[in-house]
Amino acid sequence: MQRSTGLLLASALALSTAACGSGSEPATPSAGGAKAVSITVACQPAKSAPKERQAWDDDVAAFMAAHPGVTVKSTDQQPCFDPKTFGPKLAGGQMETAFVVPVTNYNDVIAKGQALDITPYTNVIKNWNDLRPDHKELVTKDGKVYGVPNVHYSVGLVYNRALFTKAGLNPDAPPKTWAEVREAAKKIAGLGAGYVGYGEYSGGNTGGWHFTQAIYGRGGDILTPDNKKAAFNSPEGKAVLQTLHDMRWVDNSMGTKLLVGWESLMVAMGSGKVGMMLGAPDVVTDVVNKFKGNVADYGITGFPEAKASLSGGEAFMINPKATPEEAKAALEWIDFRFNTVGKGRFDFARGKTLGNPVGVPDNAVYGDSPTGQAIQADRVKNASLPVANYETYVQAAGTIPPKAEPLYAQELYAILDVPMSGVLSRKDASIDQLLADAETKANSVLAAKG
Amino acid sequence: MQILRRNLTAYGFLCAALACFTVFAWYPMVREFILSFQKTDLINEPIWVGLDNFVTAFRDPAFGEAWLNTLEFTFLALVCGYAVPFVVALVLNELRHARAYLRFVVYLPVMLPPIVAVLLFRWFYDPGPGLFNQVLDVFGLPPLAWLDSSSTALISLVIVSTWMNMGSATLIYLAALQNIPPELYEAAELDGAGIWKRIRHVTIPQTRLILLLMLMLQIVATMQVFIEPYMLTGGGPENATVTVAYLMFQNAFTLQDYGSAGALGMMLMIVLLVFAAFQLRLTREDKA
Repeated sequence: MQRSTGLLLASALALSTAACGSGSEPATPSAGGAKAVSITVACQPAKSAPKERQAWDDDVAAFMAAHPGVTVKSTDQQPCFDPKTFGPKLAGGQMETAFVVPVTNYNDVIAKGQALDITPYTNVIKNWNDLRPDHKELVTKDGKVYGVPNVHYSVGLVYNRALFTKAGLNPDAPPKTWAEVREAAKKIAGLGAGYVGYGEYSGGNTGGWHFTQAIYGRGGDILTPDNKKAAFNSPEGKAVLQTLHDMRWVDNSMGTKLLVGWESLMVAMGSGKVGMMLGAPDVVTDVVNKFKGNVADYGITGFPEAKASLSGGEAFMINPKATPEEAKAALEWIDFRFNTVGKGRFDFARGKTLGNPVGVPDNAVYGDSPTGQAIQADRVKNASLPVANYETYVQAAGTIPPKAEPLYAQELYAILDVPMSGVLSRKDASIDQLLADAETKANSVLAAKG
Repeated sequence: MQILRRNLTAYGFLCAALACFTVFAWYPMVREFILSFQKTDLINEPIWVGLDNFVTAFRDPAFGEAWLNTLEFTFLALVCGYAVPFVVALVLNELRHARAYLRFVVYLPVMLPPIVAVLLFRWFYDPGPGLFNQVLDVFGLPPLAWLDSSSTALISLVIVSTWMNMGSATLIYLAALQNIPPELYEAAELDGAGIWKRIRHVTIPQTRLILLLMLMLQIVATMQVFIEPYMLTGGGPENATVTVAYLMFQNAFTLQDYGSAGALGMMLMIVLLVFAAFQLRLTREDKA
């Protein structure tokens, strides 16, 4: 009995050891005898988006067929960048070979030595020279390159054209001022129960993110120029919260439900009952692809009265533990999937057949370069929606100066969720107190970060 | 030696359990204790900062709210989660018919994964088409904002928590009730004791130890409340549902401030240790 128990324990230990070690399978050796490599890549679409996922898997298969000896394993963490798991994953060295980093975290990741210096491999990205120089600058430190810029966006006003028509508003003349936004929101909310004139976030860091967008638009700031102190307890910050408070409690145009995080507002937008929200053009893509919105219903216009527009983005970085072969294979994958005109994410013809909203002017990471122009031409050629719905945004985006996200953005966004949820949940909210408390906490975090 | 050999299997299992406790319970506790005195990003070399993390945690505007919310949640959860299951257990114990069925019904919520229960309640609480507001409407009552108002969010979480945990507590009470010798009730009845007197003079004294244990266990468990605010409210609105455990999580994984998160954890542990010590003392007194 004792012996069998011992054997049982030993077997269990052996099995668990084997199970622990099974995560790293050897890659199939290449036909040409080159060293086989296995890489992990982030951002596979979720199972809830089967067509997108299939397209990704097809790309993985095509890439592996074109690169014998390279095995690509995808991870489908959604959203691709999750602020709650990013830090621990980074600290634990659990990042994929190729992983996504938002622009707010570039400096931190590079400073911590968690991104590989890819300077010797940038030639793998065929259109490297066409990527916007200001974005390449952001991933460069001391002359060394640490990432491949992947996304660039700036904010506008996303609106539901069908609801505008239903509410007696002209969808071809969307609001240009906050006063007009309030008026339009009231009319849309007046359509009946369940209609929300203007949607806004209040949690999961997205409340603070949108507060930042709104305060930038009004000419305010989140941090002082030296990044040492909070600067949002200002007339502009108060104006942002006061407007939201009045829309929620005076106009009753924001609905009764707190839209806590990204998904809740996207679901509401997809349901076709939310009139407007601040957002980049990719909101339309997400609303249509993931939340069943009707593609023809949406449009985007310029950021009302904006003195600056929060511009953000992301880059792919390479795990510093990657061997040169793995790093090269990961960059080849990034080039194949994310940087080739007519392929991968820029395969607009395929996107159209999948029912994606092709034609949305998102992601100007290549700017007006030859690659950027080729991408835009291909996008318009395969457009599955009225491109004119986005014209006012394109015109405005060219005139509003872009402004980068603040240092320690995710931390500050979490802090600023509190005043946002405060004005949207409490009629008697004290805006001064909310901002003062958030300022105290932000200054404490900034001091701790040194 | 013979005794040792005879108990080899038991020692084997004990070693495995000890190894698990060491890796998954004690080591993290020690690590957290160390973290609470360090400034670290978990990548670079940590810096010893003395009590700075405790000062940072204390100065956090959400610190007071988190403790108040935790205490309020604990109190409300005790009112609902401690008394209600005991009453349900008393009723179940008295039943002669459908006892097994009702026991299953009471225990059912425990079998649901917390995520399912939470999603279910998210739908119940929806201020628009949510079940609870529809029920209020049937009775001609105005709708409530439930999770979307600072005044109702915390109690909404207490309701979820009570619903999720009531089954386990009821079964434990029921087991204790069924251990009471029936002769005591018979004797009490012969002495002319009614139901209230039987509960007061037989049931409560006979289950005193388990009642005490459950009280302490519930205090310790509810003071660490995390899943409900994490899943349902994200600590909002306006910090109305931020608890100490949630604040700890937010400091660590959103603000990447592992030091102040560790300091908060230490403070919570000290408070819970006081309750645990109190429980030990009461139990000892009871046995004596």
